[in-house]
Amino acid sequence: MEATTLGVVIKAIIILAIISAIAGFGTYLERKVLAFMQRRLGPMHVGPYGLMQILADGIKLFTKEDIIPQNANRLIFALAPVITAATAFIALSAVPVFPDFTIPSWIPLLGGTFVPSIAADINIGILFVLGMMAAGLYGPLLAGMAQANKWGIIGAARTAVQFLSYEVVTGLSILAPIMIVGSLSLVDFNNYSSEHGWLMFTQPVAFVLFLIGGFAETNRTPFDLLEHEAEVVSGYATEYSGMRWGMFFIGEYANMITVSVLSAVVFMGGYNDMWFLPGWLAIILKIAFVFFLMLWVRASWPHVRPNQLMWLCWKVLMPIAVINVVVTGIVIMV
Amino acid sequence: MGLEQFKNRNIGTQNYKMLDLEQVPTRNFDKFKQVVKRTFKGELFVGLWVTLRAMINALFRGEMHAVKYPFEKLPISPRYRAIHEMLRLLESGHYRCIGCGLCEKICIANCISMNTRYDENQRKEVSEYTINFGRCIFCGFCAEVCPELAIVHGSRYENASEQRASFSLFEDMLTPIDNLNLQQEYQGFGAVTPYADDHIKKTPLAY
Ligand code: SF4
Ligand code: SF4
Repeated sequence: MEATTLGVVIKAIIILAIISAIAGFGTYLERKVLAFMQRRLGPMHVGPYGLMQILADGIKLFTKEDIIPQNANRLIFALAPVITAATAFIALSAVPVFPDFTIPSWIPLLGGTFVPSIAADINIGILFVLGMMAAGLYGPLLAGMAQANKWGIIGAARTAVQFLSYEVVTGLSILAPIMIVGSLSLVDFNNYSSEHGWLMFTQPVAFVLFLIGGFAETNRTPFDLLEHEAEVVSGYATEYSGMRWGMFFIGEYANMITVSVLSAVVFMGGYNDMWFLPGWLAIILKIAFVFFLMLWVRASWPHVRPNQLMWLCWKVLMPIAVINVVVTGIVIMV
Repeated sequence: MGLEQFKNRNIGTQNYKMLDLEQVPTRNFDKFKQVVKRTFKGELFVGLWVTLRAMINALFRGEMHAVKYPFEKLPISPRYRAIHEMLRLLESGHYRCIGCGLCEKICIANCISMNTRYDENQRKEVSEYTINFGRCIFCGFCAEVCPELAIVHGSRYENASEQRASFSLFEDMLTPIDNLNLQQEYQGFGAVTPYADDHIKKTPLAY
């Protein structure tokens, strides 16, 4: 069925609303999981099991004073969080988030509108998503440089380091699966794995590399150099407060969801039925697992130094990725 | 071990125990081998397992360490020295203090002040007894010296009031007469913590 403009707009609103909510919920999950792994309880007192903590945090973020430091570049300072949040959501527009559905016709006005699973089903899906997520790092970069704060500058420098390092790895690691599938569209990836099994097993190296790259892309531990509070106060976010700071974090959690969706669709079989599990449940479980993996890793592993990150990406991961691409190419040829 | 070890403090002449560090690889191929070895050693997965095990233990085996403090409290040791309490005689309900003044005398912070007088039966009675908790260092001497086990340290460690004097009056520290049956006898200075057996662990030397 053809996607109408109305359907796409509805889809965009759905993505915005639901992913922001899930991103908020993600902060709750993160605090809970980290707490459990340290044998604590996490948020407990606002609502049942602390569920309403998200609301309390939201109210706090919205009502906090919005401070722009004296010597900061006001325009860029104000714009930077928007870049992070916006690019994160734009990236999500090319990712299949929920299955297609048609709004039942008894609903006035919108009845009968077809809402596609992907807001923008462009045939270079995966490239677009990765590009958008990469563009998102302009947020921290500009934020760090605009705020007239030395911690911010260090954060920005680290953003540049990180950006220069992981981008190669993500790009090259995803290249091998793209070669196998022969398409950049995420739907094709899904269809391929329904016929040939999960790409995770045929491309284990690419999967591991992509996960590493994805962790760096969303600046999660062990690559959370940009705002590692033990070293650089809060890095690029030092001077931010209130909703501007909140936008950085919505962007970060949206990116985490995007990376989870990408790894689920590209490497872990997408939304195909799995044994007795229906497709929609399977993909939610897969996404949840990758999300959990990110929190789990954060609780377990120390983080690396910027120079170690560069060493790792350029001297170790990139050669492995290139070899992987070459070997895949030879196998496909033969 | 003699004293010589402590008298000779010249660097380089003692018997140092060197850390057993591996040889740092210098040749490129050795460095490569080290990276490969460390990569496939699986230490990262050990780390993941440690945290997962902690989570499983916390969630399903009741090893959650958090105490929701204002609602729950850990039992404190009977040796703990918090705000003082004045105990009563169990038989008559009369306060135990005989006004001997030993506690006032021994208090090293000089914060107990008391007045006594003879009552109509020519017995000594305490007419005035305050502890200045702004000065008390909770050393426990007063409780140790008291011949009647009258002044003891209670377990009230969460103190909040407009001024410190508000919880220092004799009447406030005295066991309320209707709670006499709940009055805890002081266990003495060698008393063990409740559930001490559960908390006993091997000393590090035994490992
Ligand atoms: S605990 Fe020590 S300082 Fe406090 S009243 Fe008793 S003797 Fe004085
Ligand atoms: S030492 Fe004991 S009996 Fe003597 S005055 Fe102090 S509290 Fe009373």
